[in-house]
Amino acid sequence: MNAFLAQLLNGLDKGGAYALIALGLTLVFGTLGVVNFAHGALFMLGCFMAVTFRYLITIEKVTTDPTQLSPWGQPLEVRAPIVQDWLGDFGLFLVDYSVPFSILLTIPVMLAIGIGMERGLIKHFYKRTHAEQILVTFGLAIVIGEIVKSIYGPNPWPQPIPSDLRSAADIGRWLGMEPNTLTYPWWRMIYLMFSLGVIAAVFAFLRFTTFGMVVRAGMADREAVGLLGINIDKRFTVVFGLAAVVAGVAGAMYTPLLPPNYQIGMDFLVLSFVVVVVGGMGSLPGAVLAGFLLGILQSFASMTEVKSLIPGIDQVIIYLVAVVILLVRPRGLMGRRGVMEG
Amino acid sequence: MFHLSRKDQIKLAIFALVVVTMPIWLAPLGAAYPGLMQKFAIYAIFAIGFNILFGLTGYLSFGHAAFLGVGSYTAVWSFKLLTMDIVPALIFSTLLAGVFALVIGFFSLRRTGIYFSILTLAFAQMCYSLAYSVLTPITNGETGLLLARNDPRVIDEALGAGTVGGAGLPTPALLGNTVSGYFGFYICAALLILAFFISQKIFASPFGLALRGIKSNQTRMIYTGFNIRPYMLAAFVISGMFAGLAGGLLSVTDPIAGAERMRWTESGNIVLMTILGGVGTLIGPVIGAWVIEYFENIFSAINKNMLNAAFDFLPDGVQNLAVTVLSKFVGEGWHLTLGLLFVLIVVFLPGGLVEGYLKLVARFRRGRGTKPEAGGK
Repeated sequence: MNAFLAQLLNGLDKGGAYALIALGLTLVFGTLGVVNFAHGALFMLGCFMAVTFRYLITIEKVTTDPTQLSPWGQPLEVRAPIVQDWLGDFGLFLVDYSVPFSILLTIPVMLAIGIGMERGLIKHFYKRTHAEQILVTFGLAIVIGEIVKSIYGPNPWPQPIPSDLRSAADIGRWLGMEPNTLTYPWWRMIYLMFSLGVIAAVFAFLRFTTFGMVVRAGMADREAVGLLGINIDKRFTVVFGLAAVVAGVAGAMYTPLLPPNYQIGMDFLVLSFVVVVVGGMGSLPGAVLAGFLLGILQSFASMTEVKSLIPGIDQVIIYLVAVVILLVRPRGLMGRRGVMEG
Repeated sequence: MFHLSRKDQIKLAIFALVVVTMPIWLAPLGAAYPGLMQKFAIYAIFAIGFNILFGLTGYLSFGHAAFLGVGSYTAVWSFKLLTMDIVPALIFSTLLAGVFALVIGFFSLRRTGIYFSILTLAFAQMCYSLAYSVLTPITNGETGLLLARNDPRVIDEALGAGTVGGAGLPTPALLGNTVSGYFGFYICAALLILAFFISQKIFASPFGLALRGIKSNQTRMIYTGFNIRPYMLAAFVISGMFAGLAGGLLSVTDPIAGAERMRWTESGNIVLMTILGGVGTLIGPVIGAWVIEYFENIFSAINKNMLNAAFDFLPDGVQNLAVTVLSKFVGEGWHLTLGLLFVLIVVFLPGGLVEGYLKLVARFRRGRGTKPEAGGK
């Protein structure tokens, strides 16, 4: 039972990441009708926003302290982040909590990148076939990946978890079990909460704001909304930017769990496309549901008991589930008829 | 069976001539060494096969690398267990890839559009992951499947033929002649010409016409009483067998098979080659494969010193700038060039290089005052 719960929890945070990426993919597909293979690259850019933020705030100022001497008899060099100079203790706090604070950098930058991408390239592809959309965004993903590689190099960049959050929460004790029987690292829990919060925010945005209402109307019938005198293209551009932000913050917060390198986007993209298709192309709740479902299934499949029963299952479970669901439920879990079948 | 229209005969003759004379016309381009030319031929076969599926039916498979990988492994196993002769190796790798394609196609073709793409991708990724993990006894995991001196090689043993290649590792052979260098290239070239011929036959046949009908209007084909499933499956299996043959040839020219050949990036690569050359045209995929293989080889070999030498005539500051910028695009960074090329091609020339050529020809003719010919796909 405990092992079961532990795997469930482990699957949830991964599922959160899948759900966030799949949500953005579906949002773009539902509004713009574009299959965006560069979405994984946006996730990767988000990861590197966290890396960049930490790099910037840990730039050090070297001062010499004449009152202290190093073992070689020279004045001791004192290295301290510049932010500490400026902000004092808050600066140190900022360095410690660089990953969550990097969201402040991620949101505006990703919004700009998303809008730029849509205006610069994607908008020319609304009328083209899905195959061509896949190909051009695939090419774009290669380009983004290579640019990141040429700046940050091919090696992963580990990001630290804030020091207060490195321990694990003793969930078992909360549920009235023996202490330390069921623990869950704080950061994973935060990631799970964070992803749920972002998902709720996106849904609320689409549900309860006028902007969201117009976007939903545009998803249902773009032409009619346009005839009402609403500039729907402009709103859809913002939606693309929003999807980029969601992917970006998902990536930035994920960095402590998996050190990012330039390939992380592609790895997540393949999985999240499977997630989107399993959920049903164009269905936002489907994407979220399938994201968590596949995350949890993957986590269960990597249990030793399961692996000894069916060797190799942990490697293929996601694809296996995708194949079965697509064959049994042709349009995924919650997809509509006639979407993406041409 | 071997009949071709006059136009196709001429095309085939020219194509054969171009392929056979490759060592001559590639020499000024700096690519006339056998290893690279073998790859030219092999990837052209792969692309021709992929084009039979994607070009004729419009079904975008993202899992063709699986068949390439299966072909490679089969060929190496044939070398290990049966004989170092390449004929059985190639036959087995083609057939086994065909069987894989039959199974995968049987399921994947139940869906269309992106669902088909994702299904093929899922199957290929399963093959890839399994080859790395559980199937290690068959695939030898990350190391890759290698030949060994003490492999059984039943047929060679029975015939009493000594291992070809003397004291070292045995090398693949055709009827006792070691396959390497130019001989290897000409084997690949012969198979490429054969593949081109088969592709011509398919394009000109009623079967090919039916596939094109499926591409342009599937519903109408069904309403006219066509059962499209067997046609689609046949196209999928044929294209899988071409991929298997290409995989087998990769093992013949270099008897190592690794799982990375099954990775989905490899599938993306073949899509890229086909698109770059021109989807649905006979010659397009071949050109695409050649261009990409050529650039991969040439661009990734350029380094900073060569750039410095090339821009020596510029003032120092400009030279440094040019070298710094360009060095991002060559050597390790040649994928960046590839990605950019890809984006540009899809944006400006969706029909690939062949369409670009036809447009040029049409413009040229219009310039001379004759009526432009409709650019045929």
